[in-house]
Amino acid sequence: MIPFNILVAVCLIYVILLFVIAFAAERRARLGRVGWLRSPMVYTLSLSIYCTAWTFYGAVGYAARSGLEFATIYLGPTIVFIGWWVVLRKLVRIGRAQRVTSIADLISSRFGKSNLLGVVVTVIAVVAATPYIALQLQSVTLSFGVFASGAPEGWALPEGNGTALWVAGGLAVFTILFGTRNLDANERHHGVVMAIAVEAVVKLLALLIVGVYAVWGVADGIGDVAARIAASPIADWPLQPGRWIGLTFLAGAAVLTLPRMFQVMVVENADERHLATASWAFPLYLMLMSLFVVPIAVIGLSVLPEGSNPDLFVLTLPLAAGQEKLATLAFLGGFSSATSMVIVAAIALATMVSNHVVTPLWLSLRQGGARAPGDVRGLVLMSRRLSIAGILALGYAYYSLSGGSAALAAIGLISFAGVAQILPVMLGGIFWRGATGRGAALGLTVGFVVWIYTLYLPSFGPGGLLSGALLDRGPFGFGWLRPQALFGIEGLDPLLHAVFWSLSLNTFTFVFVSLLSFPNPLERMQGLAFVNVYDHGPGPRGWSRGGAEAEDLLIMAQGILGAAEAQEFFQAEAAAQGKADFLPETTPDFIDKLERRLAGAVGAATAHAMIAQFAVGAAVSAQDLMAVASEAQQILEYSAQLEAKSEEVARTARQLSEANEKLRDLSVQKDAFLSQISHELRTPMTSIRAFSEILMDPDLPGEMQQKYAEIIHEETIRLTRLLDDLLDLSVLENRKVQLNIKVANLHDLLDRAVQAASNTRPERTFTYHRDLPTEHIPIITDTDRLVQVFINLISNARKYCDAERPELTILVRKRGGRITVDFIDNGSGIPKTAQRLIFEKFARLTDTQRAGGAGLGLAICREIMVNLGGTISYLPGQGGAAFRVALPSRPESRKEAEG
Amino acid sequence: MGRQVLLIEDEPHIAEAIRYVLARDGWEVRHHGDGGDAMEVIRQVGPDVLVLDVMLPGRSGYEILQDLRRDPALAALPVLVLTARGVQHGPEGATRVMAKPFANADVVSAVNAIAGRGEAAE
Amino acid sequence: MRSPRQPPFLARKTYRRRRMMDAARLLPLLGIFLFLLPILWQPRLTPEPDTVHGVVYLFGAWTVLVIAARVLARIVMTEPDEGGPDDRDEAG
Repeated sequence: MIPFNILVAVCLIYVILLFVIAFAAERRARLGRVGWLRSPMVYTLSLSIYCTAWTFYGAVGYAARSGLEFATIYLGPTIVFIGWWVVLRKLVRIGRAQRVTSIADLISSRFGKSNLLGVVVTVIAVVAATPYIALQLQSVTLSFGVFASGAPEGWALPEGNGTALWVAGGLAVFTILFGTRNLDANERHHGVVMAIAVEAVVKLLALLIVGVYAVWGVADGIGDVAARIAASPIADWPLQPGRWIGLTFLAGAAVLTLPRMFQVMVVENADERHLATASWAFPLYLMLMSLFVVPIAVIGLSVLPEGSNPDLFVLTLPLAAGQEKLATLAFLGGFSSATSMVIVAAIALATMVSNHVVTPLWLSLRQGGARAPGDVRGLVLMSRRLSIAGILALGYAYYSLSGGSAALAAIGLISFAGVAQILPVMLGGIFWRGATGRGAALGLTVGFVVWIYTLYLPSFGPGGLLSGALLDRGPFGFGWLRPQALFGIEGLDPLLHAVFWSLSLNTFTFVFVSLLSFPNPLERMQGLAFVNVYDHGPGPRGWSRGGAEAEDLLIMAQGILGAAEAQEFFQAEAAAQGKADFLPETTPDFIDKLERRLAGAVGAATAHAMIAQFAVGAAVSAQDLMAVASEAQQILEYSAQLEAKSEEVARTARQLSEANEKLRDLSVQKDAFLSQISHELRTPMTSIRAFSEILMDPDLPGEMQQKYAEIIHEETIRLTRLLDDLLDLSVLENRKVQLNIKVANLHDLLDRAVQAASNTRPERTFTYHRDLPTEHIPIITDTDRLVQVFINLISNARKYCDAERPELTILVRKRGGRITVDFIDNGSGIPKTAQRLIFEKFARLTDTQRAGGAGLGLAICREIMVNLGGTISYLPGQGGAAFRVALPSRPESRKEAEG
Repeated sequence: MGRQVLLIEDEPHIAEAIRYVLARDGWEVRHHGDGGDAMEVIRQVGPDVLVLDVMLPGRSGYEILQDLRRDPALAALPVLVLTARGVQHGPEGATRVMAKPFANADVVSAVNAIAGRGEAAE
Repeated sequence: MRSPRQPPFLARKTYRRRRMMDAARLLPLLGIFLFLLPILWQPRLTPEPDTVHGVVYLFGAWTVLVIAARVLARIVMTEPDEGGPDDRDEAG
């Protein structure tokens, strides 16, 4: 018999292996080599989290109890997937267009970005998931128990509850480590998806191998199995039409609405075309998983002693025959089925809880908080971790309340019926423009309450959460309200009864209220965008005008998306508008895009609320909507063309006006330049002339002579330096500079620069914040020139940073072949109007800030960076003056480097 | 008779040179290096002559000059403006303008000249 | 006189592809039909044991659907360049 320790060790090794896989996948993804990580096959395999421990252990038990009925659980999803063209394709398209983060987000976004609906769906999903997670805990506990009971040396297994608690805790830690190591909420969990795909292969192989062993190892091949089936207690097929149809439908509904399925199917989908592969490959996977279920059940029934738990045949069959390795493999298969489900379900639910409950709550509690939310990411991450722990705790509570004794399949179906409540609203939302948020909220609530009352509460058994008397006679003696016989309809299977009443009342309420209520403009617009998602051309916009300050928006976006991503997004948008700096015009288009981007991180409702803080009064009105809707319907093509053209015109105009403005500034600057040159030359000349005249006085005392000569010397050096700078600049500007390309470690270059800049205002204590490990990046460039730029920026910070305790943060990042180095101080920064001018010659901001330089420093820096194939720019929205140096880690081409 | 001159100039070397040549000529020289609070210093010192640089930190010499001329108590104060940008841009209200670089003797004679005129006007 | 005959290849191709899209839309109906058919046999009421037949039938139907889905997916996903205008009329 396998000792308990070894079994636990096997689990741990397996988990570590998954970690390594996830880690490697994430690493690859970060390096941009997504490739096969995102192949249709990986997508299909990740969908297999539909098959949990319920399938792995429970299907055989189900088959042993009720014969072929177990297959309905896989027939429903098969129908949904072969019909991908109708529903799934639309869901995925909408999910991508609206950057949906969860099923709650989908519903909330469709019905006017209503947070109430997000909360309702989240509550339904969390409550419905608890039996399901309990099921996984139960199956893992049972499988441990199997090994324990069969052990001759009798290693002591903690009683069932203890094991389940350990399993729940372990899974929570595992999921937190797996799913929330970093916050890429809007981006995809490459690592998790890859690990899930591997688990899919493990559980399929395990089940197939046990099946092959049963058919050809225990039985005598297919003929024998057929004979055994015919002789078994399930030889006859007791097909009940109601349950057959009902369960097929329920499974089909669940595959669409289970939060974890939505996560892998829609949120993690990288390419719509992967669905086409999954449309046949996933049903094939389901078929293979089901293939040996009946044989294993029948052989188990005939071989194993009476009274064995059929839910564990997959394990006990090989164990009874002394096939320990096979049993261990089966155990691993079951373990991976359970873990993968719990991981993805917990991640999906935690996303919903943090996006729809915690973040909105936190934002509303902070007075005026949404305007400058600070670091929302930390909050989101923490709330997700806590949610994961909470969700597993709920699952454990259900397990201990229900006693952990029911058949696995029966528990799973309770969950299915719960999440199926979302189906009418989901389908109504994507196919019917008339569906309203009020209808959806009421429909969902009615369905949820009926489900709780007729199925969830009774599932704890008489005397559990509902008294036996209530179950038998109804509340307060109202017989027609008996939980399992509503309106006096008796004799129906309790599950069917609950599904029938909850979904009918749900759908009826949803449709009826939708027909009677009137949607608000945002709701109508979202309805249009969802139902007509295949229409090309510009959808209606959520914002009728811009008007927010780009810098404020950037500060907010940085808190949510993270600094690097937000800056990249803003810069790309500015570039698309034809602007060269970091801040795009806040056109309605841009605000719309930004909102969608934020929605990918915190959900549509929160993103909308946050943007609304800045663009007060700019939200879409009924008239805007009508105009857009009728145009979009009738002259879609034409308006799309017009839009493109007018956009082009607007872009050109913007470029033109920017160029114009710059020209005007430049001509003013040309004058100023000459006058500056004159000033800069005359000042040292004045000292030199005055003191040399004084020196001509023969009566001058010796020590005075010495002192004045020193001054003259100093001033000539200053003059020389100025002339050098001017010359340097003109060489750089004419691109005639000889670059001296060397290999170096960026860290050393920064050290050199910090060292060299330390004699600028040495009397001030100046704090540097650097992340040394990230700085060790090899770079091939003209290192002296680069250090010159660094020195300039650091000395500028030392000179001009007006904070009481001046600090400078140096941030190094590498993306692809480009390195960026940010220098951010904590002073009052540079006013927006001046930001464009600082890189011009002699553009010392004001004469109040002169500190010995000639105002050529940044102009030279800019020219150097151009020569090195990089850029230097001012980074707005960082709280202080911030400069970003960006350059390729190696010269892009020989010609450019030399040229 | 204490002849006092106030020098407002931010370049320490230039200030030192001017202080030297004027002191040698018998002037009592007070020096101030910032434009921002120049008006207060002028009121406080009450010099006979003011030597004013144009490019100053805090506030430009032109602005200071405008304020001076608007203030009845100081409107008549003789002012020698030093500029590094060429004399043709000479400001309104200056008693005399001198371009940098200058001959030391010219500064001394200019200060003496406008001081005499200032006294005569009083 | 007839105009010179040009085999309308392109139009035919497009037409075929659209019908395949129809097929893709209808395939789940076939699935429902095949999977619910056993209800009509009323296996509970027949005297002889049916589970073996049931297994063979269900997995047979399953295989047919998988193959059909694969064929349709392949046809529907090729020629994406012609997919553009087509996608529009099936929005509703």
